[in-house]
Amino acid sequence: MRLPDKVVERALLLLALSSVAVLASIAFFIVREGAPLIYRVGLSNFFSTDWHPTAGRFGILFMLVGSLAVTVGALALGVPLGISCAIVLGEMAPPRARRILKPAIEILAGIPSVVYGFMGIVVVLPWIREHLGGPGASGLAAAVILGIMILPTIIAISLDALEAVPMSYRDGSLAMGATEWQTVRRVVLPAARSGIVAAVILGTGRAVGETMAVVMVAGNAVQLPHSPLDPLRTLTANLALEMGYATGDHRAALFATGIVLFLIVLSLNGAAGLARRRRRPRPRPRRTASVAGVPASERIPPSPVSDP
Amino acid sequence: MAVAVALQLVAVGCGRAARRGLTLAGSTSLQPFAEKWADAYQARHPGLPIYVQGGGSTAGVEAALSGAAEIGMASRLLVPVESARLMAIPVARDGIAVVVNPTNPVRDLRLDQVRAIYAGQIRNWRFVGGRNASIAVITREEGSGTRSAFEAMVTDPLRIAASALVQDSTGAVRQMVASDPAAIGYVSFGLVDASVKALSLRGVEPNELNIDAGTYPLVRPFLFVVTPARLKGVPRDFIDWIVGPEGRELTRREGLLPPRA
Amino acid sequence: MNARAQRWLAPRRAQALARFVLWSLMAVAIGILILILAFVLGRGLRHVTWTFLTAMPLDSGRAGGVLPIVVGTLEVTALGVAAATPLGVGTAIYLVEYTREGRLTRIIRFGAECLAGVPSIIFGLFGFVLFVLTLGLGWSILAAGLTLAFMTLPTLIRTSEEALRAVPARYLDVSLSLGATKWQSIRKVLLPAAFPGILTGLILGIGRAIGETAAVIFTAGSSLPHRIPRSLSEGTRTLSVHFYQLAREGISADNAYATAAVLVLAISLINLGAYVTLNRFMRRYR
Repeated sequence: MRLPDKVVERALLLLALSSVAVLASIAFFIVREGAPLIYRVGLSNFFSTDWHPTAGRFGILFMLVGSLAVTVGALALGVPLGISCAIVLGEMAPPRARRILKPAIEILAGIPSVVYGFMGIVVVLPWIREHLGGPGASGLAAAVILGIMILPTIIAISLDALEAVPMSYRDGSLAMGATEWQTVRRVVLPAARSGIVAAVILGTGRAVGETMAVVMVAGNAVQLPHSPLDPLRTLTANLALEMGYATGDHRAALFATGIVLFLIVLSLNGAAGLARRRRRPRPRPRRTASVAGVPASERIPPSPVSDP
Repeated sequence: MAVAVALQLVAVGCGRAARRGLTLAGSTSLQPFAEKWADAYQARHPGLPIYVQGGGSTAGVEAALSGAAEIGMASRLLVPVESARLMAIPVARDGIAVVVNPTNPVRDLRLDQVRAIYAGQIRNWRFVGGRNASIAVITREEGSGTRSAFEAMVTDPLRIAASALVQDSTGAVRQMVASDPAAIGYVSFGLVDASVKALSLRGVEPNELNIDAGTYPLVRPFLFVVTPARLKGVPRDFIDWIVGPEGRELTRREGLLPPRA
Repeated sequence: MNARAQRWLAPRRAQALARFVLWSLMAVAIGILILILAFVLGRGLRHVTWTFLTAMPLDSGRAGGVLPIVVGTLEVTALGVAAATPLGVGTAIYLVEYTREGRLTRIIRFGAECLAGVPSIIFGLFGFVLFVLTLGLGWSILAAGLTLAFMTLPTLIRTSEEALRAVPARYLDVSLSLGATKWQSIRKVLLPAAFPGILTGLILGIGRAIGETAAVIFTAGSSLPHRIPRSLSEGTRTLSVHFYQLAREGISADNAYATAAVLVLAISLINLGAYVTLNRFMRRYR
């Protein structure tokens, strides 16, 4: 089959625009379903504290607070733990240990959120109820579970950032007599800062967007949590709890909740993108980006195609 | 590949109207019983798939209206706008049991005590004769048929306190009550099991006899809702079977009461 | 005072302390993983019998097995990955071979990155409105598969792009210099050379699709299937959704643990497989 290159290029461009198109249509559909309600009831109703959708009260403020609270809690746990793991993996662990630890983190990343939620129900909730009091289902429980769930994201992206720091930085520092830890703290971490910031931001996005595990452990009460032991409801939990059941304005209000969630996550992604862009281009590109654009003299001399 | 998928999309889109089988959607309180009915009915009519989706009463009503499901399941009464376009057929009656953890010494409450607990006015078990422990109030989410029935029969005109824990299915409420010694919840009588303890209300136990006799105060109808146009053929036959002798027998065995004859 | 503090924080000591703390935290993370695996597999594996895998579920999942659920899960997953592959690989080819870094690639990359960050519940809402309602597919394997296709798309784009970039430029140059057209060279030389890397993306996508709950519950429904699905327009329940229902409703602890064990084992093996494939592949071109 001989396809003209132009045709191929056009077709591939269409495919390449698919993710943008999907993103746009997600935005279109949830805005179409949710925005009219926000417009009709007004921002003062929508961002009030009173959620009673069957009575026309659509205030999501406490859920925003809830999402914020569990996310902060999750970061407090997940960020130090995650970055520490990344440092161990990237800077300290001997190759043999790395070969075991890295796939272990991959497995952690693959465990489904319902399993995390279930672990929350059978391990975390009873522990909190017995040792700290309250009903167990609480912001604290959600934060603990989320903190663990965002670990793989934070580890993977921080590790990328650490690995992108050129070896010569470390060599220089070590050669001047600095210890390994001094090198990590004073040289490697600062050099990898923007990538680590991106890791934290993307971890935040993951925590804000996680649903099933949170529904299972957060208690889902629409109230202002006064202590970590109080139950609370997040934006995502609101959607999962009430979506199937809602109709009319109630359903529209849930889509409106979805709009808020979508905007939060988009801005987090945008921020992460900005943070990461600073360290582009990568220090050592493996391969020139475009065949067409690079003069032949800059390319690696050709060798016979022998693929084992 | 993409083209194939797109074509299939179109094909399925067109073929949907002609799909064989029956879809039920709606109340999660009704769902487990509907599954039992569907199982037994399918045993009699092999090759006829019946899908039983959850989603809640309101979603069930909407599904019946939109045609996403032939039969909607509702565990609350229809509001006027809905009943203008749908037929509501009672397929069973259900008591709502107020349940606590089996270790809770409280066995009996008055309805006004239950109301005060749910409104957040009574916050400790010791005020109703129990241990000194703050009450973990568990409720269903907004839009649930069980919740709106409970609100209508118990808490109105007060509102359920915002501090109440919210769970989105009967099973989840039961699970939470079973694991928390200080919890209180309300679930469909038919789904009460040994993991929780159903309270009597002013001495009247929630049992079949009392529900049938009308002395137990918290009883609601379980409805199948159908548009008049679809009430024929398979859906009609299925509903007739449920309210017929075989169905009634099964309904009783599963812990519900059949509709009044 | 100051001197003592300084001595205490002498580089050697700080080094030892840092090592200790960081390794302990690493141990905590691994400990959590081991705890989860031990808990789920320890309580679940003994209930995973041949009958469990090959029998129909009975009594809301209290008894019987998970056969139609496993089949439904595989169908949803396969459909999702099959629909996402041309989109993902096509995007990657375009990004790597047909364009220079510029505004267009930035938009495409930003789109993919944002898509990767969109919470699965939003995909669920979207799939519900678009496929279940607007296109009238109902709760079906098809609706869930297509929704998952969009969810796994970013993973596929990223891994495919990395895989294509990992193939040395000379491969394509040789093919081009022999007179092959660009598309021929891509199809016959570049794609086969990058295939193991692309495969990693597929495997990761499969892992993600199998573990997904929120997006599937709104698009495939949660109806317990009583027979093996015969068409893509039937609704189904995936393993994750089944586990969610069993665990949350307290239907059957044994079957819940067994389902979780199947789920966790399958996904862990899938992810390990992806990891190994990728490492082999990357080593080949290093």
